[in-house]
Amino acid sequence: MGESKGRFGIHGGQYIPETLMNAVIELEEAYNHYKDDPEFNKELEDLFNGYAGRPSNLYFASKLTEALGGCRIYLKREDLNHTGSHKINNVLGQALLAKKMGKTRLIAETGAGQHGVATATAAALMGMECKVFMGKVDTERQALNVYRMKLLGASVMPVTSGTATLKDAVSEAMREWTTRIDDTHYCLGSVMGPHPFPTIVRDFQAVISRESRAQVLEAEGRLPDYVLACCGGGSNAIGSFYHYINDKDVKLIGCEAAGRGIDTFETAATINTGKVGIFHGMKSYFCQNEYGQIAPVYSISAGLDYPGIGPEHAMLHDTGRAEYVAITDEEAVNAFEFLSKTEGIIPAIESAHAVAYAMKLAPTLPKDKIMVITISGRGDKDCAAIARYRGEDINE
Amino acid sequence: MSDISKAFINGKAFIPFITCGDPDLETTEECIVRMQKAGASMIELGIPFSDPTAEGPVIMEASIRALEAGATTDRIFDMAKRLRSERGVTIPMVFMTYANVVFSYGIERFCVKSKECGISGFILPDVPYEEKEEFASVMRGYGLDFVSLIAPTSEDRIAKIASSAEGFIYIVSSLGVTGVRSKINTDIPSLGRAVKSSANVPCAIGFGISTPEQAKEMSQHADGVIVGSAIVKLIAEHGKDAPSYVEDYVRSMVSAIT
Repeated sequence: MGESKGRFGIHGGQYIPETLMNAVIELEEAYNHYKDDPEFNKELEDLFNGYAGRPSNLYFASKLTEALGGCRIYLKREDLNHTGSHKINNVLGQALLAKKMGKTRLIAETGAGQHGVATATAAALMGMECKVFMGKVDTERQALNVYRMKLLGASVMPVTSGTATLKDAVSEAMREWTTRIDDTHYCLGSVMGPHPFPTIVRDFQAVISRESRAQVLEAEGRLPDYVLACCGGGSNAIGSFYHYINDKDVKLIGCEAAGRGIDTFETAATINTGKVGIFHGMKSYFCQNEYGQIAPVYSISAGLDYPGIGPEHAMLHDTGRAEYVAITDEEAVNAFEFLSKTEGIIPAIESAHAVAYAMKLAPTLPKDKIMVITISGRGDKDCAAIARYRGEDINE
Repeated sequence: MSDISKAFINGKAFIPFITCGDPDLETTEECIVRMQKAGASMIELGIPFSDPTAEGPVIMEASIRALEAGATTDRIFDMAKRLRSERGVTIPMVFMTYANVVFSYGIERFCVKSKECGISGFILPDVPYEEKEEFASVMRGYGLDFVSLIAPTSEDRIAKIASSAEGFIYIVSSLGVTGVRSKINTDIPSLGRAVKSSANVPCAIGFGISTPEQAKEMSQHADGVIVGSAIVKLIAEHGKDAPSYVEDYVRSMVSAIT
């Protein structure tokens, strides 16, 4: 029959219960209708610029460049967006699309809470109801974001099943969607899940590389040599890579969470330790055991603590177009502190994984090379957890 | 084509589901023997998956218990083989599990083992019509059936799913996940009619059915009734002593629909 849709090489597809099939077909049709609609795009651009504070700066990090003593480093400042991360890009797009589809209610999963906060924000702005699923473990390590979501009018459902982290929040949001489809849009937060989500989320996040490519050309008169981004499900990474994919000389590097190390069981480095499987609606790489049972992954970063990766990244890995490296908790925490001290920028612990790889790579590169690192979010939310990691107990 | 049709030749079929390995495989094995004795027409053997996204809390928790107790795909194959060779189970058996359990084992290898163990087909709730051929094309080569599901939201998809269905059609009675429901709100008579008008194979209704009254009502609109969570709950409650309770329960359900 060969009717499978949304493939990235062998990855992607729509591995979901029959109950949801018409919902994703409806979403695909709506998206195909609106994606090239000038009015829709004008509305979205107004939201991006007028509400979310885009375009985000491409900042030349002279102190960081000097401190590492290698290539020239630019930071793409998604941390300066409204709500404090790149998540708002996708959420504004999906909420607007959902509204056009006549949906009145948004549900979402969240790990670190950034996507949940962004969804709650868009729901407040557009007058929609909002319910966010969040692993119980994450509600504890990201308590501030739970409060923010509630403040914005959303209800937060702590998920206790499985490992009570991001993967379980996704499963629970999918279960909820199968019970209530008519008025509800599932606002998925990453480039994962069944088609058309990986494509929709990528298109809304592609604004990152659309801007950064133009900004670096403006500043340097040429394209960068390296683009780095942290990668869990992979939404900020694909957004950071997308408009460079055809620029073959630009090296694309995704930085996964190695947790306590890729040779331990406490890791979330999917490409580095996983194998091809089928889960959460897609074929891609997953951390799993020999019988295909999904592994209980671990990272200090709630946002990267996920056993899979988006299907387009899986393809970019297979074709060798992008490289995926693993960064441990310890390296990420060091980078979190290093960027704070050298540039006065506190990055999200997720983004610190990309900074950590830059700290290894940049000193090995000649001074005329150019690197762009996406700072996907700001680190205020992580301060208490990092303090704890360093043995200091502070009240939030 | 497999022997699944056998399950539907003596009137309405009663099809119980069991999570293999909860609380252990010996108990599962004994429960299946008793289910046949009590008049079950076919058994759905659930291979537990760590993250069963189509399941409600009852089967989800049973799956976790089974995995923690050491159930694996290979041990479940061994149990199925024993049921056929030593325990006298002759009614059709199908596996219900998730795509990754089959995919990671190797679809071909999974089919070879299933055939050896006397399994007739597969229900994979996360593999819809659009993705079915990846699995069904291999299964067909071994005379195994890929069972399709039809949901209350299937609407314009019913005809194409039903007309190409193999083995039997699993009609999902309600929106949402598996689990006991006090009331089923879907218009089952018209869903049943729509499925039957395009189907070349029998159809059975599942999701939310637990009482003999519900089973009797549902059986008016299909060729069989599937019950999962209610049985898994009995096993959760009685543990190793569950087989006799399961036998009594299955007998009461069978008599309600015949």
